[in-house]
Amino acid sequence: MDTSQVLVTLIGLGLMGFVGWFFFLAPHQVGAATTTTAGVQQVDIRVKGGYSPDVIEVKRGQPVQLNFYRDEESSCSEELLIPDFSIRRELPAFQTTAVEFLPQQAGRFEFTCGMHMLRGSLVVV
Amino acid sequence: MHSHPTAPEPVVSPPAGPVNTETATLDIEGMTCASCSNFVERALSRTPGVQRAVVNLATEKATIDFLPTQIDRAGLKAAVEQAGYGVAETAANATTAPASPLATDDELEARKAAAYAKLRRRFGVAVALAVVVMALSMVMFWPALMARINTPLLNYVQLALTLPVIFYCGREFYVSAWNGLQHRTASMDTLIAVGTGAAFLFSLVATLLPGWLTNQGIMPHVYYDTTATIIALILLGKVLEARAKQRTSAAIKALLGLQARTARVVRDGKEVAVPIEQVQFGEVVVVRPGEKVATDGVITEGQSAVDEAMLTGESLPVSKKAGDAVFGATINKTGSFRFRVTKVGADTMLAQIVKLVSEAQGSRAPIQRLADKVSAVFVPTVVLIALATFVLWFDFAPEATRLPLALVNFVAVLIIACPCALGLATPTAIMVGTGKGAEYGVLIRNAEALEKAYQVDTVLLDKTGTITKGEPAVTDVITVPGYQAGELLPLVAAVERQSEHPLAAAVVRYADAPENRSGNSTVAPLATADFRAIEGQGAAATVDGRAVLIGNQRLLREAGVTLTPVLEQAAAGLLAQAKTVLYVAMDGQPTAVLGVADTLRETSVSAIKELQRQGLEVVMMTGDNPQTAAEVAHQVGITRFFAEVLPADKAGKVQELQAEGRTVAMVGDGINDAPALARADVGLAMATGTDVAMEAAPITLMRADLNGVVTAISLSRQTMRTIKQNLFFAFIYNTLGIPIAAGLLYPFTGWTLSPMIAAGAMALSSVSVLTNSLRLRGFTPNS
Repeated sequence: MDTSQVLVTLIGLGLMGFVGWFFFLAPHQVGAATTTTAGVQQVDIRVKGGYSPDVIEVKRGQPVQLNFYRDEESSCSEELLIPDFSIRRELPAFQTTAVEFLPQQAGRFEFTCGMHMLRGSLVVV
Repeated sequence: MHSHPTAPEPVVSPPAGPVNTETATLDIEGMTCASCSNFVERALSRTPGVQRAVVNLATEKATIDFLPTQIDRAGLKAAVEQAGYGVAETAANATTAPASPLATDDELEARKAAAYAKLRRRFGVAVALAVVVMALSMVMFWPALMARINTPLLNYVQLALTLPVIFYCGREFYVSAWNGLQHRTASMDTLIAVGTGAAFLFSLVATLLPGWLTNQGIMPHVYYDTTATIIALILLGKVLEARAKQRTSAAIKALLGLQARTARVVRDGKEVAVPIEQVQFGEVVVVRPGEKVATDGVITEGQSAVDEAMLTGESLPVSKKAGDAVFGATINKTGSFRFRVTKVGADTMLAQIVKLVSEAQGSRAPIQRLADKVSAVFVPTVVLIALATFVLWFDFAPEATRLPLALVNFVAVLIIACPCALGLATPTAIMVGTGKGAEYGVLIRNAEALEKAYQVDTVLLDKTGTITKGEPAVTDVITVPGYQAGELLPLVAAVERQSEHPLAAAVVRYADAPENRSGNSTVAPLATADFRAIEGQGAAATVDGRAVLIGNQRLLREAGVTLTPVLEQAAAGLLAQAKTVLYVAMDGQPTAVLGVADTLRETSVSAIKELQRQGLEVVMMTGDNPQTAAEVAHQVGITRFFAEVLPADKAGKVQELQAEGRTVAMVGDGINDAPALARADVGLAMATGTDVAMEAAPITLMRADLNGVVTAISLSRQTMRTIKQNLFFAFIYNTLGIPIAAGLLYPFTGWTLSPMIAAGAMALSSVSVLTNSLRLRGFTPNS
């Protein structure tokens, strides 16, 4: 093994460690502030390579309105799925799409993009 | 500490006790950012009389609690306008009505069309430039030509041509990958960005600093052709995908397109054409032949045949008369009629169907779970594999070629991996499948129901109203010698017309049926006199001067009429077939017996046969006695049945079958059978009459016809087959493609995969999955 091979191997392993840590291990959840207007719990969510915030806590039994603002044209985020509430919605780019539903049960529910790459969770308490 | 000057506390605190505040919602125009909405909110809060104001930027609405004694709507509007923003005027009723799922979003459509046009333009540019770059890079295969060309210059030309491909055509991939990284998420864009980025950056160094690379012992080779071609091919995939995706959701669009745009409403005695949105509950609407029925209602006058195929899948027009329900979006065929509006907007049948189908398309099938778990870790894992590929090639390949081989295989791994195929495998099939179901009058509530229906091995049918029509009909007329049924029936019907008994209605229907009128179809109903209904026995009247009696045996016995042996025998025969027998006497003489029974639906026998042919065990359940049950079961070819089942025990029977290890589909009417439908693995509610209980079961059959069960089960089977094919393909494609791209075959066969071929495979893989799902559009119930 020559020097450059040792170097490439070390850098490669280092990068692999970093990638693994970056995507799988590092904590990366952002909580949400909910405002309540006329009994409706509202959360504004920005969609740009992911959902921010990506953890949303809402109260059970009170209607929820999630306002998704899609701040990009990347087709990855063009569809929004909240399967537990039977919601499949197209999010037009640079527009806000309001999604309304009524959480009846406590629990953690996932929302994702159409391909399941971008994810967020809805925590109903 | 003091309060902020812009948000003062109310000077006068509201008086204790009830305060009459009102709430108004205004549509604010002109807000572009969060600071705008804050500004409007503050402006409103400061306005006297406003107790609380909340402005939502996303919905562009202000919700204001105010004291009507101090300010009104116009005052609020003025306050907003003073702040420099506008208030959109909406029709007063539009703000209170719930959003109808029928509202089409033309703007959304236009935006999608624009995005698609842009994508195509980017694809076109990428292809044109990639072809030129590719041609230029071919020069090096031509040593004679190569010798005369200045290689650095050629590289610069290729660079110039590739730059627009990266920064115009492929810009989205890099931007999206970067955005994703900020959220620590990685998508397909990340793979493309890293893959093409690596190839491009190496080429850039080779172009700008070839001497430096040569000094390091590295060939200054460029990969502009690879970079440009990958981007062009992936954009091709995206174009095809966008086109195919549009077709997967075509069902909803088709349903939305069905609704009428205008209605001919009777106002002040005149017929006025008004937009459908303005039709109000209780109004009377006129429908002429060939016109679309505007909304749901009940016919008040006139009769016609209506084509309801779009809602129920029934291909034959349904005849309608006064008192019958009609539904919006159906087409009036022959006559004219007027109907009173009973439902508008979101309450109509069409709107409910649209809502149901779109909810089903948003639901998740359990089979998808594995694919979802894989997709969640897919991209980072592929990046790890790609890095490992680079290191291994660099460490083990011959020194002269190790860097190009490591780089090319690194790029190939990143590019060939296709998380999209996994992501699209299930939902696209579900979307096409549920849409197709709606077309045939089979409404599937969620993906889970579709998946369960495929596992069903036993179909439990409720008898009354499901296998049979659920209403009595005359099946036999046996007369004594000297009487013809044709002359007898009008007399009997004349008596029964006065009666309200369900059996009497069956006799009237039978007598009125054209085939029983013995030629003279225009005979007016005969005059009757002295009608008497005899409780629990039957009825009597004088018709055309003759005393007619019709009822049970007791009626005749008490009237002193004795049956002839012929009639006695006929009655016994009918009773043995579990039919109800009506006895007829004329002027004190026994003349006929009529057999009345609940009749089978025309399609029951063939549908049950088809279910059995598909390997399903069909079981019947009824509250009737065992003889009746056995007779019906025999007629339709069912061998196993439960008789004398009380309504409350129906769910128990489902459980009994499940305890035998069966997966049970229960078919019932959705009202009386609700617990059994809920208990079954899959409940199918058959729409009976005008009310469709769509909430009652996971699957609703819009047509009272057992063929719907056949359609539902075969649709479920085909959809699941498609999903399995898709998932198999997506998993196999990735598990084979990634190792091959990594160069696993190289030690044995000397093969490595060009990143350009990888890009082609990747573009085609998601399109293949979509195309396979779209094949479901060719589904027909009989295939």
